[in-house]
Amino acid sequence: MSATEQTVSADMQHGEVNTQDTEHHHGPAKGFSRWLFTTNHKDIGSMYLWFSLAMFMTGGCMALLIRMELFQPGLQMMQPDFFNQMTTMHGLIMVFGAVMPAFVGLANWMIPMMIGAPDMALPRLNNWSFWILPFAFSMMLFTLFMEGGAPNFGWTFYAPLSTTYAPPSVTFFIFAVHMMGISSIMGAINVIVTILNMRPKGMVMMKLPLFVWTWLITAFLLILVMPVLAGVVTMMLMDIHFGTSFFSAAGGGDPVLFQHVFWFFGHPEVYIMILPAFGVVSEIIPTFSRKKLFGYSSMVYATSSIAFLSFIVWAHHMFTVGMPLAGELFFMFATMLIAVPTGVKVFNWVATMFRGSMTFETPMLFAIAFVVLFSIGGFSGLMLAIAPVDFQYHDTYFVVAHFHYVLVPGSVFSIMAAAYYWLPKWTGNYYNEKMGKLHFWLSFIGINITFFPMHFVGLAGMPRRIPDYALQFADFNAVSSVGAFIFGFSQLLFIYNIVSCIRTKNQATPEVWEGAKGLEWTVPSPAPYHTFTTPPKVD
Amino acid sequence: MKRDLSSHILLSFIKKLAVFLLFIAPSTYADWQLNLREGVTEISRSVYSLHMIIFWICVVIAVVVFGVMLWSVIYHRKSRGAKAQNFHENVYVEIAWTIVPILILVGMAVPATATLKKMYDSSESDIDIQVTGYQWKWRYQYLESGVDFFSSLATPIEQIQGESEKTENYLLEVDNPLVIPVGKKVRFLITANDVIHSWWVPDFAVKKDAIPGFINESWVKAEHTGIYRGQCAELCGKDHGFMPIVVEVKSQEDYQLWLKDQQLAQAEKAKSAEKRWTLDELMVTGKEVYMKSCAACHQANGEGVPGAFPALKGSPLVQGDPGAHIDVVLNGKAGTAMQAFRDQLSATELAAVITYERNAWGDSLGDIISPSQIAKLKQ
Ligand code: HEC
Ligand code: HEM
Ligand SMILES: [Cu+2]
Ligand SMILES: [Cu+2]
Repeated sequence: MSATEQTVSADMQHGEVNTQDTEHHHGPAKGFSRWLFTTNHKDIGSMYLWFSLAMFMTGGCMALLIRMELFQPGLQMMQPDFFNQMTTMHGLIMVFGAVMPAFVGLANWMIPMMIGAPDMALPRLNNWSFWILPFAFSMMLFTLFMEGGAPNFGWTFYAPLSTTYAPPSVTFFIFAVHMMGISSIMGAINVIVTILNMRPKGMVMMKLPLFVWTWLITAFLLILVMPVLAGVVTMMLMDIHFGTSFFSAAGGGDPVLFQHVFWFFGHPEVYIMILPAFGVVSEIIPTFSRKKLFGYSSMVYATSSIAFLSFIVWAHHMFTVGMPLAGELFFMFATMLIAVPTGVKVFNWVATMFRGSMTFETPMLFAIAFVVLFSIGGFSGLMLAIAPVDFQYHDTYFVVAHFHYVLVPGSVFSIMAAAYYWLPKWTGNYYNEKMGKLHFWLSFIGINITFFPMHFVGLAGMPRRIPDYALQFADFNAVSSVGAFIFGFSQLLFIYNIVSCIRTKNQATPEVWEGAKGLEWTVPSPAPYHTFTTPPKVD
Repeated sequence: MKRDLSSHILLSFIKKLAVFLLFIAPSTYADWQLNLREGVTEISRSVYSLHMIIFWICVVIAVVVFGVMLWSVIYHRKSRGAKAQNFHENVYVEIAWTIVPILILVGMAVPATATLKKMYDSSESDIDIQVTGYQWKWRYQYLESGVDFFSSLATPIEQIQGESEKTENYLLEVDNPLVIPVGKKVRFLITANDVIHSWWVPDFAVKKDAIPGFINESWVKAEHTGIYRGQCAELCGKDHGFMPIVVEVKSQEDYQLWLKDQQLAQAEKAKSAEKRWTLDELMVTGKEVYMKSCAACHQANGEGVPGAFPALKGSPLVQGDPGAHIDVVLNGKAGTAMQAFRDQLSATELAAVITYERNAWGDSLGDIISPSQIAKLKQ
């Protein structure tokens, strides 16, 4: 595997450059056991990132199958039940398998290097939280081959469709969710302990890089809501196998209770997927604007208030379940309020670029696209927050457009930006800038062709999660499908760029980028296997 | 209107681009609709105007923010020799861009609250209709006049599978539409029999979840006669995409005539059970009923879907004692997707479909379940 070479080259440099690990002459172990037993934050970070990339491609293939079926009206390729399995698995894999592990991978690599710590605080826990994931996802993917098929009730798995009426594979799904939850909670504990305890002298909280701040807040969200998810799937398990009726009306239970519990997890979850992205973008924009981030402290406060508000808006996903008027109004106002701190962040990024001295390398292109396209997702979010109008938007393609704008050119673009930004630090080589830009432009065009028309079909009345649709939606759906294939296939370029960056010698400097500030840029490129074994001086 | 013109230009541009890109002729009925419909009720029009207000607010904010950004991208680039300034804080600016959005949002919240209040006032209705979601059809029960029927997809399976030309209302047509009078306040009591569904008619701006064990309320006062189409909006299993809603708004007189017809037809149906039916007659009716009510799960060939819906072909229960077979069909199986068909089908239809199952697919038992026998059980 590539990362072996990367550390080999790190060792070769050992003699020439003054790395900080003079006491630790041991490199990594050899072969597979290195990866299985590693407690090194860089190794674990790499494994998370490769895992996430693999899941991204798997979930992406499912998305392409969905778009193929939706290219034309009629049932062409698959039966409705298989279509439902594809949408469900696509959603679960992208959320829990691609986006979340990618951010944990970035956290592993970068948090110790950004705060000047030698490693994560709990390295063995770290190893374990990664190695749970391949098992969880193997179990989940394996359900595709079971009798009755994989979960087919949507990634939101509303009861009783996911309990009384579910295929037998739901039990495996529940176990997989439990495992992912354990992994996330352990990862989050590790992040919090590392940030709070492993800072060298002088690295006070209000000097932490924003990526570290946003991850700290994300980790608290994770610890607070993952147990709620575990609770709700356990209640499902009880209903299915042990005769309880939490969610079954026939037994005196309450199907709406499921939705309240799910979204109490689910809304903070969407912020778990975007706060670290805010952090990444807040690192990249100042670097390529050659100007300090505008409003550092207001960024920290905005992130914290978003995190707080994310706990009191969950029922905006449930405006149509028939809540009392007062509940409806409360959740409408609270949701609208979230737009305020979100706006502050966007204004700060723009103010950072304003009167800077900008260049547009690949990470910056992704970051700028993030700001614009995420904002479009924020605007549609604001529209969705208006309860009486949400009655028209809810469960249509308008919602699909909204959350794909915040998640794909939002979270996913930020992950790609981060990958290009830190690749030279990880591998010691610059990637090919031309190819990076090509990847960006194809992705940017593909994404907009795919998701923008979804606003239109949604407003025109196309419900989501349907394998076939009325004729008036045909043209925009065909356009969306073409866009999806452009986006999907351009991701092969991403893989190519990463692999060739690892393989092709093009020595990067320690600073890598002209305007880069921060501790991670003070160590050589590639970063040696152990960094900051003696605490750096921070002023 | 200016807006219409610009959206027209945008529209024709996208159209040309798509045709050029795809080399496919746009299908005959596709209409490139870009926006929400205004609908035909006072409520739906105020929803539409809220939608347009919030949309334009977003557009204005976007133009300002993206404008500043574009300005910086063009003029503050290094290749133009721009030097970075070093300001990175300004309390006044930051307070301003916190307060101004709050004021805009308050301005938005006021009319939204007013509309929501109106939507929630379902008192003083003229007609009450209970709407029940089933996997995968709707049941409408008129509480005052006792009319009660099911409404399911009418699009033939050949169109869905691409074996015949798709017609104009593909997937948006039903056998028995809901009929309501114009200008009357109709209240819907919405619930479900199995999983959660959602009853949605865009032209009325009504979308309410149908939840087992709950009764949700909603209402409409349609201003124009006509046919309005919608779809189930909550994932409810395999055929979620195939349970449309069609509402026919009739004039007061036509509505009364329709009600009479319905009541007559219902009486007629009840009578047909008294007639003597032959095996062949029952098989013909039975096949019709089976295809409409059972084939979605048990499949046309009776082989079911492994792991989800059992095969009826060769099933010991179907082959065995008629009593158990009749019981399953009439009363369903609690806690499974097998619904009780007792109230969904008439005695004749039930007898026919059970007879059909016992004699179709090569396993002919030759026995007849008579409608009068079922009629007795139904009482
Ligand atoms: C929504 C899906 C669905 C529909 C529609 C449906 N069924 Fe079923 N049916 C089921 C399921 C699921 C079972 C298995 C129940 C169980 O677990 O025992 C079943 C079981 C049965 C059985 C018992 C089979 C056995 O071997 O135990 C019969 C008979 C039957 N259905 C007849 C019918 C008839 C007649 C119709 C149409 C009038 C019909 N079903 C419509 C889902 C459906
Ligand atoms: C300005 C901030 C935002 C607001 C006001 C907002 C508002 C909303 C509302 C009201 C809904 C429910 C729509 C419906 O089902 O009718 C929704 C759905 C959704 N949002 Fe957002 N949102 C915002 C930002 C985000 C972000 C940052 C993310 C993730 C990165 C996100 C992800 C989602 C997802 C995944 C759904 C759909 C869930 C589902 O039903 O499957 N949103 N949003
Ligand atoms: Cu939310
Ligand atoms: Cu449905």
